[in-house]
Amino acid sequence: MVNRVDTSIELCGVKLDNPVIPASGTFGFGREFAEFYDLDILGAISIKGTTREARFGNPTPRIAECTSGVINSVGLQNPGIDAVISHELPALREIFHKPIIANISGFSIEEYAECCAKIDKERQVEIIEVNVSCPNVHNGGMSFGTSPESAAAVTRAVKRVTTKPVFIKLSPNVTDIVSIARSCEDAGADGICLINTLLGMRIDTMRRRPVIANKMGGFSGDAIFPVAVRMVYQVASACGIPVMGCGGVASASDVIEMMMAGATAVQVGAANLRNPYACKEIIEALPEEMARLGIERLSEITGVVK
Amino acid sequence: MSKRGTYVITENSSLTPTVWRMRLAGDTQCVKRPGQFINIALDGLFLRRPISVCDYDSQSITIIYKVVGRGTRQMSRMQCGESLDCLVGLGNGFSVETASQRPLLVGGGVGLPPMYNLCKQLIAAGKKPLLVMGFNTAGEVFYRSEFEQLGIDVFCATADGTEGAQGFVTDVIRTFDLKFDYIYACGPLPMLRALYNASEVDGEFSFEERMGCGFGACMGCTCRTKYGNKRICVDGPVLKREEIIW
Repeated sequence: MVNRVDTSIELCGVKLDNPVIPASGTFGFGREFAEFYDLDILGAISIKGTTREARFGNPTPRIAECTSGVINSVGLQNPGIDAVISHELPALREIFHKPIIANISGFSIEEYAECCAKIDKERQVEIIEVNVSCPNVHNGGMSFGTSPESAAAVTRAVKRVTTKPVFIKLSPNVTDIVSIARSCEDAGADGICLINTLLGMRIDTMRRRPVIANKMGGFSGDAIFPVAVRMVYQVASACGIPVMGCGGVASASDVIEMMMAGATAVQVGAANLRNPYACKEIIEALPEEMARLGIERLSEITGVVK
Repeated sequence: MSKRGTYVITENSSLTPTVWRMRLAGDTQCVKRPGQFINIALDGLFLRRPISVCDYDSQSITIIYKVVGRGTRQMSRMQCGESLDCLVGLGNGFSVETASQRPLLVGGGVGLPPMYNLCKQLIAAGKKPLLVMGFNTAGEVFYRSEFEQLGIDVFCATADGTEGAQGFVTDVIRTFDLKFDYIYACGPLPMLRALYNASEVDGEFSFEERMGCGFGACMGCTCRTKYGNKRICVDGPVLKREEIIW
């Protein structure tokens, strides 16, 4: 009974064995997790956010514990697009043979376009995920993802340099997520990924200073799941392009809930940090959870909640 | 190779009013070197708590931890027979092989515990370690007799002079004109820095940082070294003297 369910899904023509994808920034370039389990069980992997130049990131402490979650302020530490292509992707190809989602960040429109043009040539990268939560250095540091116009400008620039499906990863720290998602769709985005982390802050009351060196950071983990479900629902209802749901997913039941809200695929982020086996356990629990809910084909439940 | 396992508490007792020792029974084959750490999942807390390994054998791991916040307070209330979900064998640890004949071990506060298994392994390798332990005050001192029972020279420094010599570990090294040809150190950052500046002798220093995952995925604990960026959790916590940037 249980083994007759179908967990496969399709994302802009890319077939995945299941909808479970480790989220960018919580899974490195896969190597660390290959010690724990066979990565090929994953639907896909969204690799560490990559910028044009290598970045050290922010000063430490970069991590603050919260109730049912964590704040991070890593600051896009990465070896730069050229090193990712020459070192990280070949290393990942040795241990992972399913679709790779390349997560691209930038501090200018040109940087996004340049990185995407380079990653476009990588065969195993089947989807490009563009993180528009970074500050625009040419516009007073305002994040690209906070206005429909700048999010659309990034989308257009990226679409011009690649034929691969482009998903725009949106920040939840906005007034009207739907207008931004629609603007990306109108600019040619093939899909939307949401949500990125919620801006948060913790204070060390003994030392009377912020826990995080950079003061504020991105809050993720179980606590943000309801916010993510709500935003996925809003965006999926308003847009005609597929949505990758992300934010606080920690169980097979969460995956199904996110899909019912409108997600075609689901990313698992902070849960990987506490439990390195999180994605494996979720994937293994999916058939039973599907059987319990009378779901035969997982792809059929996307957006069933109206 | 790190591994997740379930470990049963066989001892959980206080050594001082704030420092506790816990013995955990379970699979230890992933623990490879002294100076590695384990990462403990606790009910109701999102992130695991990284604690250095004080000692280990084929069936158990001993940790010594200071109660500083919610996680360690929760640990101190746990009873024998309860179990903990731990990732073990994390971090690079100290290399016993590189030490010369007379290594100096320096442990400050709860930086002292990893020196215990290291000391045992150095002795087993035929070396003659000596140890300096540093604390703020006599009431914080632990494991002095345990180290003395290993048959090595043990020096104790307290900042207020209530036990051993008055001053910091570096004062003890100077006052007693200690001779050594390698250093292993673990303790607060100011202690590590003072030690680094006080001696040119080669060695290994173990660092601490707030961590997300503890196994290299999140980049939460990155530091700069002369050989590039390193993650304290997997490329450390032990750094070689020559690579450290203060």
